[in-house]
Amino acid sequence: MSDVRKLTYGGAFNEAVRQAMEADENVFCAGEDIGAFGGVFGTFLGLQAKFGANRVVDTPISEQAIVGLGIGAAVTGLRPIVDLMFMDFICVAFDQIVNQAAKLKYMFGGEATMPLTITTGGGGGLSAAAQHSQSLEAILCHIPGLKVVYPSNPYDMKGLMTACIRENNPTVMVKHKRLLGMSAHVPEDNYEIPLGKANIMRAGTDVTVVAYGRMANETLAAAEKLATDGIECEVIDPRTLQPLDTDSITESARKTHKVLVVHEAVKFGGLGAEIASQIHELAFDYLDAPVARIGAPFSPVPFSPALEQHYLPDAASIEAGIRNLVQRS
Amino acid sequence: MDLSPPVQFDLHRRMVRIRVFEEAAGRLAEANKLPGFLHLYVGEEAVAAGVCGALNDDDHITSTHRGHGHLVAKGGDFNRMMAELMGKSTGMCKGKGGSMHISDLSLGMLGANGIVGAGSPIAVGAAFANKYRGRGQVAVAFFGDGATNIGAFHEAANMACALNLPIVFACENNEYGEFTPRSATMAITDIVDRAAGYGMPGVIIDGMDVVAVHEATLEAVARARAGDGPSLIEAKTYRFYNHHGIQNLGLKYRPDEEVAKWRERDPIFTFEDRMIENGTMTRERVDEIWAGLRNEIEVAIKFAEESPLPTPDQILVDVYTSMTGAAK
Repeated sequence: MSDVRKLTYGGAFNEAVRQAMEADENVFCAGEDIGAFGGVFGTFLGLQAKFGANRVVDTPISEQAIVGLGIGAAVTGLRPIVDLMFMDFICVAFDQIVNQAAKLKYMFGGEATMPLTITTGGGGGLSAAAQHSQSLEAILCHIPGLKVVYPSNPYDMKGLMTACIRENNPTVMVKHKRLLGMSAHVPEDNYEIPLGKANIMRAGTDVTVVAYGRMANETLAAAEKLATDGIECEVIDPRTLQPLDTDSITESARKTHKVLVVHEAVKFGGLGAEIASQIHELAFDYLDAPVARIGAPFSPVPFSPALEQHYLPDAASIEAGIRNLVQRS
Repeated sequence: MDLSPPVQFDLHRRMVRIRVFEEAAGRLAEANKLPGFLHLYVGEEAVAAGVCGALNDDDHITSTHRGHGHLVAKGGDFNRMMAELMGKSTGMCKGKGGSMHISDLSLGMLGANGIVGAGSPIAVGAAFANKYRGRGQVAVAFFGDGATNIGAFHEAANMACALNLPIVFACENNEYGEFTPRSATMAITDIVDRAAGYGMPGVIIDGMDVVAVHEATLEAVARARAGDGPSLIEAKTYRFYNHHGIQNLGLKYRPDEEVAKWRERDPIFTFEDRMIENGTMTRERVDEIWAGLRNEIEVAIKFAEESPLPTPDQILVDVYTSMTGAAK
């Protein structure tokens, strides 16, 4: 029966946290509305009732202090999970994330360990407008000392969140808001997906598409459609964006000779630029075309559904991008 | 002065250690022997000594950009501190932190900090962990008057009070935020006025009087250990040297008479006079203590100067911890 057990993406997050808290009394959670209310997205539902208000802490709306709480507790021996409701709010806590959490170990000559997990809801598609829809992962990946994780499905969510909590470095776990209700098989037993390991979601020979978060699923949908026309896509979900599994990506590039990178963050300065550059540096001679990128246009995320649906990449635009790329030779 | 002679000697020694370390660091900087910025603690010794003298070794402190004094007062090792200021591999942070990030986790010193106000949220986290574990440890956040104008302080103070954490907010009000007087940057005279807004008690003390600082800290720490929550201590103090370094390189921003007036109230010399007057200390003993610590700092300078520089292969070391932890 266990192999047909299903859980949502949000439920998988919740289960990973619950199992970690059961296994290790040093694990605690803190954030806005996560206690009695269970989190605005319900991802912390039931945890305070189970573990008490000392271990699932409702905080003031104070993002700097929330991250600082996690840093101070982590460096003195606890294993905190602190939640920043929306990824946009990392900007409010940026000093604590970038100047403190990411650097303490290094600045202290290696003496500190920082087993801190920062969880946050990223991505667009909810008409949540420009301050509640952003995909800011590239900024985080640019900071030495941080790890950045972005699951695309419930199975990966549970395994990656478990790894984040066990990790002794500060890690940002991005939950895509539009994936919270996605349901799929998730084993009940605790398991870990190692950070820095990409997942080849679909094997193919004609083109490699690198996509993460919700875009990995949109890419899979595009790939299934293209397969009916005989175009076989290899879909790679890096799962961890920092450290990035460059080996798996370049290996695939050498095989298919054509690569597209997809993300819903704006294209300029996004992860796609880094991935494309690495492929060019490491596998240029194998390429039949320059690495292509799909990302959002260079504007804030618009509010109106009429605008946002054209702003975000989707299966149709990804399919078009792949067709465009495979036509080159 | 109700403090026992051993406590008085302890506070005095902590202050002299800071002064000796900082004077030496200042001289080395003047001689271009220290890279980077140097924010000297001279003049404010009574605050760090009075506070840290009231703490146990396993209590935590967070510090500021003017942080050497806090580490010395917590028991910091001269040799490794001086080596760190010189950027040597034997330094407290293996030459990767320097003056502004000097730290010693084994002494509960969670780092000097280059970002004004950023230490307070981290102290809140340490206080949370201390309460969580229930071992009776407390945390102290050191910060200046200027830091109370930044959001991080406000968030930290409010959260500490909301969660009733065992923490002491120790404000060193030296009347200047870098080169700008407090009167230009806030409409209140006393930082302690802010305490009531968070729901914690606050006291103003003479930050040039180590006994006053110590007694106020004992009371605040006792409150914290008893589970009665945060307190704010505002110590009125003054830095004898410049914002950074010794010499005033730019325009003069403090009147000479003001500096002279505060120097007359030197926290170490006035305390020595009191102890000698009370018969707890002799002038000869005072001279011995200074001579002994000056000797120690010369040894530390020699240790630092003779220590190897870090090699380039260390650049990528300690960016990340390689192992994972518990929660299996």
